[in-house]
Amino acid sequence: MAVNAPVLRLSGITKSFGALRANAAISLEVERGEVLALLGENGAGKSTLVSILFGHYVPDEGSIEAFGKPLPPGDPAASLAAGIGMVHQHFTLADNLSVLDNVMLGTEPLWWGVSRRKAARRKLVATGERFGLQVDPDARVGTLSVGERQRVEILKALYRDARVLILDEPTAVLTPREAESLFDTLAQLVAEGLSLIFISHKLDEVLRVSNRIAVLRGGRLVATLRAADADKASLAELMVGREVRMPEAKPHAPGAVVCVVANIRVRGELHDVSLSLHAGAITAIAGVSGNGQQALADILCGLRAPEAGSVRVGDAAMPASPAAWIAAGVARVPEDRHAVGTIGDLPLWENAMAEHHATRFARGGMVRRGPARAFARRVVDGFDVRSARGLDTAVRSLSGGNMQKLVLGRALLGAGEDARGQTGRAPLLIVANQPTWGLDIGAVAFVHQQLLDACAQGSAVLLISDDLDEIFALADRIAVMHAGHLTPARATSAWTLAAIGLAMAGSVPAAMVADHAA
Amino acid sequence: MRLEARTEVSRLMLVAAPFAAVAFTLLVSSLFVAWAGAPLSQTYALIFEGGFGSRFAWSETLTRATPLILTGLSVAVAFRARLFNIGAEGQLYAGALAAVAVGGLHGGAGFDAHPALLYPAMMAAAMVAGALLLLVPALLRIRLGVDEVVTTLLLNFIVLLFVSMMLDGPMKDPTAMGWPQSVALQDAMQLEKLIERTRVHTGLLWALTLAGMLWFLFRYSTFGFAVRAVGANPRGAAFVGVPVARTMVLVALLSGALAGLAGAIEVAGRAGYVTLDMSPGYGYTGIVIAMLAGLNPLGVVAAAVFVAGVLVGADSMSRGVAVPTYIADVIVAIALLSMLVATAFARYRLRWQ
Repeated sequence: MAVNAPVLRLSGITKSFGALRANAAISLEVERGEVLALLGENGAGKSTLVSILFGHYVPDEGSIEAFGKPLPPGDPAASLAAGIGMVHQHFTLADNLSVLDNVMLGTEPLWWGVSRRKAARRKLVATGERFGLQVDPDARVGTLSVGERQRVEILKALYRDARVLILDEPTAVLTPREAESLFDTLAQLVAEGLSLIFISHKLDEVLRVSNRIAVLRGGRLVATLRAADADKASLAELMVGREVRMPEAKPHAPGAVVCVVANIRVRGELHDVSLSLHAGAITAIAGVSGNGQQALADILCGLRAPEAGSVRVGDAAMPASPAAWIAAGVARVPEDRHAVGTIGDLPLWENAMAEHHATRFARGGMVRRGPARAFARRVVDGFDVRSARGLDTAVRSLSGGNMQKLVLGRALLGAGEDARGQTGRAPLLIVANQPTWGLDIGAVAFVHQQLLDACAQGSAVLLISDDLDEIFALADRIAVMHAGHLTPARATSAWTLAAIGLAMAGSVPAAMVADHAA
Repeated sequence: MRLEARTEVSRLMLVAAPFAAVAFTLLVSSLFVAWAGAPLSQTYALIFEGGFGSRFAWSETLTRATPLILTGLSVAVAFRARLFNIGAEGQLYAGALAAVAVGGLHGGAGFDAHPALLYPAMMAAAMVAGALLLLVPALLRIRLGVDEVVTTLLLNFIVLLFVSMMLDGPMKDPTAMGWPQSVALQDAMQLEKLIERTRVHTGLLWALTLAGMLWFLFRYSTFGFAVRAVGANPRGAAFVGVPVARTMVLVALLSGALAGLAGAIEVAGRAGYVTLDMSPGYGYTGIVIAMLAGLNPLGVVAAAVFVAGVLVGADSMSRGVAVPTYIADVIVAIALLSMLVATAFARYRLRWQ
């Protein structure tokens, strides 16, 4: 690999938003044919840096050079022209247009009248062949799989002659197999002389894919190191600024069955899903999001009723009523903490007591402020929820991690206290849907520890996640969901990564089909 | 240039916003006053004089503020739950008509009950009429997703035509020499005067009491919590077990009842009968007042007094200088716009880039 002048040189990039310094004097170089990983927690400044690079923000200080020439700040068109391409985490494709149309979109001036489709198609096909990215140019994007759409995103950048490609959390939406294929593609791009900036907070991936790793923390570049010299523990520590010990799961012996889901069906979302959850065990549902997990989670939170089948908690058949599930001692953690888990305009204490506003914390139609605020105080103290103005802070101003701690604390403490009329006990059942999605590593460790603790105290835990590392780290039993079908749950030790990958893509291992029949 | 949410919304700014809005309103309105060729300071002085400058001015302002407080509360309650009730005007007329139906003379054929019985029945009838009128759009919204802005707005015209029909038909006052007005209320049903030789009536006490009660209800009750939760985030509210549909229905009933009551109190406190022009848009002005008040029930009282003062003051001003009373409508309209912008600025900041 030829290492000459760097293709990209960032010098002293500084950017503040009010009092918040998102980037502080960051200097970085990206060389030709290398993969530079940008590693950092949420809010470390990764997105700001990339937005500056791509011309979405103007830096307060500092300059950028691309291929030896200064890049005008705040001009996305100039960044594009300089050969900087971006693959967004949330795809920027038009579903109802063909691949070719999507790729051409924005590359032709509007007043040409005649579009040069033939030439464009030739170029697209040639680009695809050169980089090993096979996609039918005439396929409608809406019909493509997520992995294929990502390939279109990459092709779109390559079609515009990108020489530096920024990939923002590219594996977040992929199955393990699709991720493998992405890594192959990336290797090919690098072999062709492209430079990649790979943004991620997944340490395994970063170690595997990149040549060099730049670690950001609190807006500062805290380290740049060669991937060969780095290991997971040291990277985690650099990223967080202190030693992080991910909680270790000890295998639990499953206890009595707490919750039975029997043959539930929701048209187009769930097909005959059955599942039983045991006290003192963590059962995980793996799968790429969008395969019916949301419907299952909604049913297990009391938000929807299945069209057929039954759900029982303990001895009771459960209705589609959140209040009934709360009363039954079920701690619920929804996937979307902003839109569902919290009410952003209301203060922290009202959010904390919300699940019991009409029961435990009410008398004669009035909210019992004293006990309600005391409960909120216990949540804040017990789960380390940090906020600017204590119990009266509007929840929308909390960081994602603190918001999630609030949701988790409210559910765990509330359900524990309610189920047995006593404080400090574990809930009967915990339903956690993507509980660590988008959290930084410290908060992830905290959430995991809380789930493990509750489980050790006898809670039945259902963990729905698309993060296989998380599932393997925590679960006693794993079931895989694909297109609304759920495999039987089997002991974690009975699964291999390959088997899960296959199941996530819809092919149930033969052994399991036999299991199921038996 | 774009809007960016402030991470912390300062209370000071939220409190200052309405005052800034009023100041800005007067500034902009000055252009119109100047355009009309009237001396600026004198015009404003006359408006202030006419609205707040004397015992008589205050009495007129408070009389005008009474229905406005009630319609303002009606709208504030509904908007808190994001139920956009634009139909307070129609609900007010429905309430007024129901009040006269129960408490009217009807040429001697009216209900002959003891006032202690008939009076609450009259008020209840007005509230039920208003409540039912909003219940229908609310149910359509909850069950079928029909936009309540459209349905409540259009119902206003239907109600007005219905009132017109009644005033020319079954409820026509035969002694009104052909004027389309309803039969009068029984004397015992008329509200007492609050201050001698003025038009201020005890309806003001109703309005103030209700404002206080609603403030307390919103702040301290589980129902208040449910309303605020549903308004702020219906999905989040449903998740924590707030019965969203039931809360919406209750809000609709409460909001409609308040507007209906406004109608009854306006009839019983002033004319004693219903006419087609008994409300110069009290229901619509209620929307402005609720927004000016930031949907706070106590703020509604202040906003209603301000708006009533401007309306009354403009009337007397137009007799002094040659500015049409429409300036009052302009002021109120600009006040609403600047209030919306001012609250937006309290919550968001502009970022130039």
